[in-house]
Amino acid sequence: MWSRFQVKALKRVLISEFNTWTKLDTMQKTQQALPRVYVTRRVPPEGLKILRQSGMCNIELWDSDDPVPRQELLKKVSGVDGLLCVLTEKIDAELLNVAGPNLKVVSTMSVGYDHLSRDELKKRGIRVGYTPDVLTDSVAELTVALLLATSRRLIEAVNEAKNGGWGTWRTMWLCGYELSQSTVGILGLGRIGVAIAKRLKPFGVKRFIYTDVAPRPELAAQIQAEYVSLDELAKESDFLAVCCALTPETQGICNSALFNKMKKTSIFINTSRGAVVNQDDLYNALTSGQIAGAGLDVTVPEPLPTDHPLFELKNCVILPHIASATIATRNAMSALAANNLLAGLKGEAMLKELKL
Amino acid sequence: MRIVRVTFLSDLLKFSFFCAKMIASQKLMKVFVTRRIPQEGMKVLSQSGIFDVQLWDSNEPVPKVELLRGVAGAHGLICLLSDKIDKEVLDAAGTSLKVISTFSVGFDHLAIDEIKQRGIRVGYTPEVLTDATAELTVALLLATARRLPEAVEEVKNGGWSTWKPLWLCGYGLSGSTVGVVGLGRIGLSIAKRLKPFGVTRFLYTGRQPRPENAAEIQGEYVPLDKLAEESDFVVVSCALTPETQGMCNKDFFAKMKKTAVFVNSSRGAVVNQDDLYNALTSGQIAAAGLDVTVPEPLPTSHPLLTLKNCVVLPHIGSATYATRGTMSVLVANNLIAGLKGESMPSELKL
Repeated sequence: MWSRFQVKALKRVLISEFNTWTKLDTMQKTQQALPRVYVTRRVPPEGLKILRQSGMCNIELWDSDDPVPRQELLKKVSGVDGLLCVLTEKIDAELLNVAGPNLKVVSTMSVGYDHLSRDELKKRGIRVGYTPDVLTDSVAELTVALLLATSRRLIEAVNEAKNGGWGTWRTMWLCGYELSQSTVGILGLGRIGVAIAKRLKPFGVKRFIYTDVAPRPELAAQIQAEYVSLDELAKESDFLAVCCALTPETQGICNSALFNKMKKTSIFINTSRGAVVNQDDLYNALTSGQIAGAGLDVTVPEPLPTDHPLFELKNCVILPHIASATIATRNAMSALAANNLLAGLKGEAMLKELKL
Repeated sequence: MRIVRVTFLSDLLKFSFFCAKMIASQKLMKVFVTRRIPQEGMKVLSQSGIFDVQLWDSNEPVPKVELLRGVAGAHGLICLLSDKIDKEVLDAAGTSLKVISTFSVGFDHLAIDEIKQRGIRVGYTPEVLTDATAELTVALLLATARRLPEAVEEVKNGGWSTWKPLWLCGYGLSGSTVGVVGLGRIGLSIAKRLKPFGVTRFLYTGRQPRPENAAEIQGEYVPLDKLAEESDFVVVSCALTPETQGMCNKDFFAKMKKTAVFVNSSRGAVVNQDDLYNALTSGQIAAAGLDVTVPEPLPTSHPLLTLKNCVVLPHIGSATYATRGTMSVLVANNLIAGLKGESMPSELKL
């Protein structure tokens, strides 16, 4: 028979074990009740931190720098409440059907939303978060960097310095086109367009003109820009920067009709979306001398295959979609996307919600 | 009446002879031009109609032997920054040389003491190239900070697979401190162009404060050390003098931030290139952009050309069609004014 002491000890152990088991059981049950979130890429640390520390959701992460394969994505979104994605994932009817009725919020780590089927999302009452403003500075900065690299022939120059083409100083070698006294045209005057213009102003730009679906008087006033037609924009710009969203109306809008009207000395820059430009027409314009040079941060497809004809051209500079690529900006985007997602799950107002 | 007519005729003859002599003596004013310069400038020279212009009609530098021969007996000389106008050249020119007109704002290629001693006047091209040079310096800073040449390489060699959150991230100007070494015309123009990128603070250094220039950008005058320590972007735009030679050396780089970007578009010799190489490879600074080097051209085997975080341009600061055209006109006008004994549009105080 056990002594009283032994029985008391046994009781203590049993009670302690029971308490622990109960706690674990509650935790498990609570976890199972937490909303499920799928994150389609290893987004910058700020965003992941916010999601994890919230304690509000069960997170599954495609923990890679590379995109999640489509089949894997379709498998993982089934039954999720929230989805945090980047611009490489097509959020269309197929995906939304597989996801099912729990899905309340899609949060994209981008300001562009051409990868989202807005109609399908609206139909299903799903809310969408995105990341305008936090990336405006970085994108405007890169656009100006690309413009200058194109107009002042920096990439050609870097190559000449490396390949022995650099002799002594010569009076007309590697001359480019300067912004001083020029006319700058903006196709699509939004936040980014205005930010670009503000950065170009002290270079001595004489005139800013813009075109858009309708005049934007408040934005235009900030940079004293004049509203013109697309044709006038083409005819009068020394530097033409494309900053519009990709929509059915803007798809392919930069084509031979536009390039035909541009000045032979003009510089064309696109940091919006590749599909706004007809790349074959651009190639022809560059090789025939219709325009002087072009700089692209976005292409169709991305990546652009290394054998694409545009790569043969000295007067075409192509960057791999790095407009928002600073550590600070990408972390800010990540944090905003995470906060948008959590707000959506809680049914609260998001910091930046996309109107569908 | 007869007497008057005869007197008038002889006066007329005398005057004609005088004019012929003037024209003949002016035609004897020899000008040597060391390189093919833009059409605008050549036109101004030839339209003045008073010079015998000898031109080294090439885009390549005049060989020393040819230069010495060309300047012999010249009254005026138009040269580029790649032509060393030293005692040897001045001796070969002889006492006829009155004016040197250089196609540059820099004058470290001119032996100023020798030139002053001989009473020769010098024209140069400040201001007309300020915009183009400031623009190129900002272009270089942005290309370096946002890693453009690296990105272009990745695109061409298949390194671009897809959009990735942290790939090719660079340093942004937003919220940064910019330090300008030498807040002259060009330094100030650079700073003004950087301002709308969201720079929160401008520092500058030099021999003395430049309050008028500084006021335009709310720039703070600091010692060189402090500029190195506190700047996220260091831009060098000072003249090359015995004091500034080799100023950007290992002591300077050691004080800079690990995340800082260094840009030089002044003269190569302001920077100790070996020390810069070490600073870039050891992670003392993040990246550097140079439009000027020692020597120019930089040999293709130079270690700086192997670094991903070093962008080297072949001295194209003022290289725009508009600016080189304007410079050539100024060069020609400086020369003409100097040879006529008049005041030059842009004379270098010796």
